[in-house]
Amino acid sequence: MTAATGLEGITQLRRLTGGASRETWSFQVGSERHIIQRQRLTSPRDMHVEVGVLEAAYAAGVPVPRVLASSRDISGENPVGTQFMIVNAFEGETIARKILRDDEYASARKTLPAQFGSALGKLHRVSSAVEGLEDVDQIAFYQEHLRDCGQSHPAFEIAFRWLEENRPPVGRRCLVHGDFRMGNLIIGNEGLRAVLDWELAHIGDPAEDLGWLCVRAWRFGGAGPVGGIGAYEDLLEAYGEASGEYISLETLRWWEVLGTVKWGLMCISQAAYHLTGSVRSHELAAIGRRVCENEYDALLAIRELKKGKGSTRV
Amino acid sequence: MSELHDPPTAQQLVESVREWLETDVFPQVEGRLQFHTRVAMNVLAMVERELELGEVQNENYSAGLAAFQCSSEAELAEQIRTGALLSQDAEVEEFVMNSVIEKLRVANPKYLRDE
Repeated sequence: MTAATGLEGITQLRRLTGGASRETWSFQVGSERHIIQRQRLTSPRDMHVEVGVLEAAYAAGVPVPRVLASSRDISGENPVGTQFMIVNAFEGETIARKILRDDEYASARKTLPAQFGSALGKLHRVSSAVEGLEDVDQIAFYQEHLRDCGQSHPAFEIAFRWLEENRPPVGRRCLVHGDFRMGNLIIGNEGLRAVLDWELAHIGDPAEDLGWLCVRAWRFGGAGPVGGIGAYEDLLEAYGEASGEYISLETLRWWEVLGTVKWGLMCISQAAYHLTGSVRSHELAAIGRRVCENEYDALLAIRELKKGKGSTRV
Repeated sequence: MSELHDPPTAQQLVESVREWLETDVFPQVEGRLQFHTRVAMNVLAMVERELELGEVQNENYSAGLAAFQCSSEAELAEQIRTGALLSQDAEVEEFVMNSVIEKLRVANPKYLRDE
C-alpha cells in the first residue's frame, strides 16, 4: 500500500464492505483515517469517472471526501493491482432511523433540510463538463426498464402517461448526484458532514436530485417530505440561495413522482437478484413486495397534483 | 372444493413458524441477524395474509380486468400504454388504485394512509 500511495506508517487496515463492484477498506495514517476503494474487474463503470466527479464536487464547495490518491492504471506497474482511490474518512452517522429519531440529532434535524438544499445548489453549479458522464432521458430509460422487467404494472403505466403529459420544460443540464438521500449522507450532531456514494452520478436536470430526496421510501417513516425531516419550502429556499436558481414545487413534485416510479422499478431489480439465483436472500425477495408501495405513492401523488397543482399536503 | 390435507392449514403452519421466530429467536439475536430475523417474521406474516385474502383478491382482480375487456393484467398495462382506454381514464385509474390497495393489504397494510 505504501508503494501505491506514498503514504508512510499505515496502520489499522480493515475491510469495511465488499460490494459487487468494489471493495472498501479503512486505514489510519497517524491520527487521520482514510478510505481506499478498489474496483473489481467486473464493475460496470470506470472508477476514475467518480474521481473526476468527487474532485469537481469538492471544488464547488460540496461537503465530500477529498481524493488523496488514485490510479486508473491496471497494469503490473500499479501495486494495488486494479483501479483505486483513496479519500479522507468522515466520522458520523449514516443510518436514517437513528438520524430521524435519536435525541443527539435533534438540532441537526432542524438544519439538515436547508443544508441539503445548499449542498445540492452548490453541486448543480458544476456544468456538464465531467469526463465519462452521460445524459440519459430519465423517462425513456425507466420506461424501457419497465418493458424489459418481465412484469406488468398498470400503475406505473398510468404514472408514465402522467409524467409525459406534465413534463416540465427541459432545464439546464448539470452534474447530478443520482442517489442523494439518507443512507448516503454522513451526519453529525451539528448537521451534514459529507455526501457519499457518487456511483450513480450523471448529467441531468437539477430538479432530479431534489425530487429523489423527497421520495417516500427515503423518508424512513418520518413525517416531513424532505428526507423525513423537512418541508419542501426549506429545501427549495436554501437551494435557490445556493444555486441562484429557484425550482418550483410543481417541478420538484414531478421529479418526486418519477423518483417513486424509479425506486419501484429498482425494487423489481433487487428481487430479481434473488429470483434469478445470482444472490439468494429473503431480504431481497421481500423487496419485490415493496413495489406496490411505490405504485400507491405515485398514484396518490398524481391524484393530489391533479386536484390542486403543487399542493404541499403530504 | 374438498381439502385433501390434514390440519394444520398452510396458514396455521406458517403462523407457528412466525411465532417461534418472534418468541424464541428474535430476543436472542442482535445486529444483522436480528434485522434478518425481523425481515423473516414480516415475510411470514405477509404469506399468512395472502393465504387468507389472496384467493378472493385474485377472483376480484380477474373480474375487474374483464370489465375493461382485458383478459390479463398485461393486457390492461398495454392498453394504458397505448392510450386505448383514454375514454375511461377515471375508471381505469380508480380500478388500478384499488388493486394497488389490495396488494398493500397483503404486502404492508400499515403503509396505507387514512383517506
